[in-house]
Amino acid sequence: MLGFIVKRLGLALLVALAVSAIAFFLLRLSGDIAVAIAGEGAQQADLDVIRKTYGLDRPLVVQYLDWLLKTLSGDFGTSIYFKTDVATLVFAKLPVTLILGVSSLAFALAISIPLGVLAAIYSNSWIDRLALAIAVFGQAMPNFFFALILVMLFSITLRWLPVSGSGSWLHYVMPTIALGYYTAPAFMRLIRAGMIEVLSADYIRTARAKGLSPYAVVITHALRNAAVPVVALTAVQLGFLLGGSVVIETIFALDGLGYLAYQSITYKDFPVMQVIVLLLSVVYVLLTLLADIANAWLDPRIRVS
Amino acid sequence: MRFFDKASTALAATILAATALATPALAQKAANTVRFAYDQAPESVDPFFNNVRIGVIIGANVWDTLIYRDPATNEYKGQLAKSWKQVDDKTIEFELRQGVKFHNGEEFDADDVVYTLNFISKTENKVVTQGNVNWIAKAEKLDKYKVRLTTKEIFPAAIEYLAGPVVIHPNEYYEKVGPKGQNEKPVGSGPYKVTNYVPGKSISLELNKDYFKDSPKPQPKVGKFEIRFIPDRQTQMAEMLSGGADLIMHVPKDQADQLQTVPTLQVVSGETMRIVFMQMNIQDGTPAPALKDERVRKAIIHAIDREAMVKNIVGTGSRVINTICFPSQFGCTDEGAARYAYDPAKAKALLAEAGHPSLTMDIVAYRERNQTEALIGYLQAVGIKTNLRFLQYAAMREQIATNKAMLTHQTWGSFSVNDVSAATPNYFAFRSEDITRDAAVRDLLEKGNNSVDPAVRKEAYKAGLKIIADKAYAVPLYSLPVYYVANKDLNFKAYPDELVRFWEMGWK
Repeated sequence: MLGFIVKRLGLALLVALAVSAIAFFLLRLSGDIAVAIAGEGAQQADLDVIRKTYGLDRPLVVQYLDWLLKTLSGDFGTSIYFKTDVATLVFAKLPVTLILGVSSLAFALAISIPLGVLAAIYSNSWIDRLALAIAVFGQAMPNFFFALILVMLFSITLRWLPVSGSGSWLHYVMPTIALGYYTAPAFMRLIRAGMIEVLSADYIRTARAKGLSPYAVVITHALRNAAVPVVALTAVQLGFLLGGSVVIETIFALDGLGYLAYQSITYKDFPVMQVIVLLLSVVYVLLTLLADIANAWLDPRIRVS
Repeated sequence: MRFFDKASTALAATILAATALATPALAQKAANTVRFAYDQAPESVDPFFNNVRIGVIIGANVWDTLIYRDPATNEYKGQLAKSWKQVDDKTIEFELRQGVKFHNGEEFDADDVVYTLNFISKTENKVVTQGNVNWIAKAEKLDKYKVRLTTKEIFPAAIEYLAGPVVIHPNEYYEKVGPKGQNEKPVGSGPYKVTNYVPGKSISLELNKDYFKDSPKPQPKVGKFEIRFIPDRQTQMAEMLSGGADLIMHVPKDQADQLQTVPTLQVVSGETMRIVFMQMNIQDGTPAPALKDERVRKAIIHAIDREAMVKNIVGTGSRVINTICFPSQFGCTDEGAARYAYDPAKAKALLAEAGHPSLTMDIVAYRERNQTEALIGYLQAVGIKTNLRFLQYAAMREQIATNKAMLTHQTWGSFSVNDVSAATPNYFAFRSEDITRDAAVRDLLEKGNNSVDPAVRKEAYKAGLKIIADKAYAVPLYSLPVYYVANKDLNFKAYPDELVRFWEMGWK
């Protein structure tokens, strides 16, 4: 197991580095960074100062390697745009994104588990079709559009919730729903499929024959077994939620990592963007690793295979 | 039933709680606070280390300059300087105001001016927009309230810059904390002081009770300004509709028209110094050789109905321009310059005469996409098929500088400097964005830039602008308005320099 974990950790680092290299070079394809930093109408003197200041006059590969070496030694650099330490900037925003990610995941699970279970129990009935319709709606509708519908309803019409900002728990309600609802269908379908398969298994028939209550059969016996793939998906979806928060945080001006990522792309603040990309890819791969370990623990057959 | 009872109780409680939390617009009026939402965060609050509009707005409200330009009359008045005199072509002496204090209590005197001007003029201090400061050679203290400023070359627009981007910092504080500290805890002498700043998120300003009474900026009335950076336009609009914000700007015309119908809001449209124009690449090696033919260039201008674009697309506050500058700028004139009426038949005839009855070319653009699309429609109507290449600003500029652009659709705001030297030479004095390269035009513009005699300057600019128009080197289109949406109870006025003057605002 230890060897497995070490190997996966090494892989995680390689993936993160590859992603950061791609992000680094793609950013440079969008035009001269010095011009982007200097802004409209910057003259040659402005550009010269900026190129020299940020070392943009050096070959691209040298710039990348320099950044990489510094990052690996724990120096994350200074934000070009905000002129502050990148690590401080990034870690100050992380809690907001974590709260949003975890609450969205909880919301997604809270609606997808009951819906998935009901859809499986009443398979091919109107309940099943209703649950699937809810899932299709959630997956088909872009989350930014759903976010705006929520704003129109809860902020403009009803005036219950603040439109944007991150001052109180109320600010998280709409972003959580918008992000969570987009994630829920994947869970719902997985639970539904797993439950249908498990409910027709011999041991469920045995449990029913023993006279166990329907609640005990469904929750204790069936759902527990159907939950194994959900654990893996949860990890992947949490990673997706952290990365996917860019749009939602930007719409709701929620001052988290996603919003900072959006700003750093807009302002060509590559030191910040690089660290966010690196951080999110490490988190993503680590979550996948944790899911693998959890699954191996939940289902011993995985360990054997 | 018990479940439904509980659920309805919970729902009712939620509604009550949420209603209690909803903030009506009137509460802000009572609190004398204006909540301003802006789409971009400044990279630094220190005016010398940002180049975005919101940075300029914060800068003008938190800091003072030596000279003040009255936005209504364009007349220069003393601000931190009581008076000034041009000693020779390169020297100006300032008599400073006494009794002014910075927000931290530091007294204002010649040391602040000398320190600030000498600091910003050194390239190693990396002021972001070098063009704002690289004309300064040195500043010397003559006595406690007297300063002499020397420019590197003859620089007639010096007063305009000293009334705009060149703010004065408190020398003792700035020497101690530097630009980094000034960004974190800004200290100026202006009508508003910064009380809280969260980079990328928000900045709060509070009126300076000790603001000096003789300032040409009127004493501030609104107690607090809370500026939040909200990048999404729809979110900003939702904030206005829900009463969560009192002011937004740069609202697109169609959305401003919608908000105009909301009874709690007012829409103000103001002309800005930002001009819109097209460039045509006629350099050697141009990828569109047809543009070298003057008839083709004239056909392009005749093909576009600028009046209709102003009326239907651009909106109130915009006006058609005939030369590449903003009419209020010193030296800007269209007197004697060729004018081209909308005449598609003439455009077709000119194209046929030039041997190009149909043409295909690219147009690069970076903002106001709907306007570019309208331009493409007009060109298509006379037989010029135009492919849109909508790019990031940096990428577009690279295309222009490397001679890859054919037609361009651009805008230019002159950094709100009310002088032609900040506009036309950018595109016609052999700088990287000059894709015309006419030596006669360059020499005339340089002559205007390098004289302190107003008559000489005016004559030179006029002649340069006339050649550009007569030879149809570019397509002057119109000035761009800015739409502001504000709480209807807010007294608010728009100016061409896009500066939101907090000190003038108040509640009705």
